[in-house]
Amino acid sequence: MEEYNSTKYKWRIRKSNIAVMFAVLSALLVLIPLFLILFYTVQQGISSINWDFFTQMPKPVGETGGGMANALVGSAILVLLGSALGIPVGVMSGIYLSEESDSFLPKSIRFLVEVLNGTPSIVIGIVAYITFVVPMKSFSALSGGIALGIIMIPLITRTTEEMVRLVPSTVREASFGLGIPKWKTTLHVILPAAMKGMLTGIILSIARAAGETAPLLFTALGNRFWSTNLDQPIASITVFIYDYAKAPFDDWNRQAWAASLVLIVFVTTLNVIFKIISRKRK
Amino acid sequence: MVLKKLFSKTEEKFFHSNTLQNNERHLGDYIFHNVTRLFAFFVLGLMLVMFLELFIESLPSINKFGLSFITSSEWNPVKDKYGALPFIFGTVYSSILALMIALPLSIGVAVFLTEVAPTWLEQPVSILVELLAAIPSIVYGLFGIFVLAPFLKNVVEPFLQTHFGFLPFFKGSFYGFGMLSAALILSIMILPIITSISRDVMKAIPDSLREGAYALGATKWETIKIVLISSRSGVLGATLLGFGRAIGETMAVTMVIGNRPEISLSLFDAGHTMASVLANEFTEATSSLYVSSLMEIGLLFFLITIIINSIARLIVNNVTKKYGKIA
Repeated sequence: MEEYNSTKYKWRIRKSNIAVMFAVLSALLVLIPLFLILFYTVQQGISSINWDFFTQMPKPVGETGGGMANALVGSAILVLLGSALGIPVGVMSGIYLSEESDSFLPKSIRFLVEVLNGTPSIVIGIVAYITFVVPMKSFSALSGGIALGIIMIPLITRTTEEMVRLVPSTVREASFGLGIPKWKTTLHVILPAAMKGMLTGIILSIARAAGETAPLLFTALGNRFWSTNLDQPIASITVFIYDYAKAPFDDWNRQAWAASLVLIVFVTTLNVIFKIISRKRK
Repeated sequence: MVLKKLFSKTEEKFFHSNTLQNNERHLGDYIFHNVTRLFAFFVLGLMLVMFLELFIESLPSINKFGLSFITSSEWNPVKDKYGALPFIFGTVYSSILALMIALPLSIGVAVFLTEVAPTWLEQPVSILVELLAAIPSIVYGLFGIFVLAPFLKNVVEPFLQTHFGFLPFFKGSFYGFGMLSAALILSIMILPIITSISRDVMKAIPDSLREGAYALGATKWETIKIVLISSRSGVLGATLLGFGRAIGETMAVTMVIGNRPEISLSLFDAGHTMASVLANEFTEATSSLYVSSLMEIGLLFFLITIIINSIARLIVNNVTKKYGKIA
């Protein structure tokens, strides 16, 4: 029994307790910024949130009030444009990757998709600028939408591939057994079965695209006026926040917080939907 | 493999005799397969086009400055002279600092989630940590401008200067905006990715290892140490992914780093990163050489992130092969 009470044993226990404490502390510490960000966004933003904020246009410098109706519509248009590019490309290439597995080409494409996922969005913005803004000689909603679409591709490709792979091979075999050709099997049997999971990927990518600012800075640019033209600069919530945060007016800063609140609520809602859907799948 | 392929080919010939219907079937498969392949190649083409476009646009700058573009620290639009060293330094310095803050915390949280927390607590904490990743970077920037920077200026930086002012890291006057605030914001942003991948790797470590350790009389910490050692390659991959994320982060950094092309070890000084100079100056660039130099920064930036992310992915994929799907 003497050994158990030795100082060495006590020291080991103490060290163990310190390590566990460190783990608990770091978990607590990490949650602090989250709560602070949520707290400040709500506290600073809530006062500027009212009906006008969603339905009015921005007021000229010096006047208080006004809203971000154009930015809301602009963001919706940009995300829709992005989806129009990102969803088909992402889903189709995901299907391709799920059906081809072992050879060099699909492997390298899969790897490139991962690399594209890690590519800074501002680089994608510059490329969209070179490709669309320079030849068209104007900042445009279209170029912004395309930049967002490129950002959406990797997430959708990856989830599609994973979800299609999760469909049991027996389903596929049963379909083949009924004499259904491969492409019809994929379109009418496999895809519906994988649809739910694919949807989660699409939802996440929309949340990501809606929160992007950097690629819009030199593509969609931003616009203080109402515009739904695809070949003209267009406002977006994120660029709205950026401009209003830098502005030296208290009222504008408050509106930046309010817009952040709207953005956070939107993005978190999509993430919660994602969590619910993916929880059910398991 | 070869045998299998041969077999499936003869099988196809045997079963699908050339009736009209079967020809149609093959045609449908052929079309569908090639259409999906086309889209997959779109991604391949996209990467190539991105690289080529950036390269072509930065040619004037590459021709003019050559290697001195990377080694010169003079960034002077008035004299039309451009050197990218301050931006490369700012990017790497801020990201390394962020990593130094985020890595121990992430590992702590991952250990908490896998080894310490009771089951009912595990899920909610993971979800909250992942929520940090969902917050758009512009919101982090806003938080940095109005909450973090004033706090640093009024509380943290005076404290650091009076007590640790003898170190080169805490010299000079402070404004709140600068390397320190950028590093802090970045560390919050890269925490979730390092945490979630490390957690998945630690989860994948077989329980028999832990049971073995406990059976030998190991304490909790000694068991955790064994888990940490076995998951080190996964954690390394996660760290590199987090590093890549920190390097690529644009908006939040732009809003808090102070945006001055200086090279200084002091955390109080303003800095500039490759991403922030692009965000700030791209639309204002007037001379064509100016634009081209920014393009070259974009190209360098693209290459650096590709390299770091490739290495990180290779490591994580290797771990995945060993333990099953991770992130």
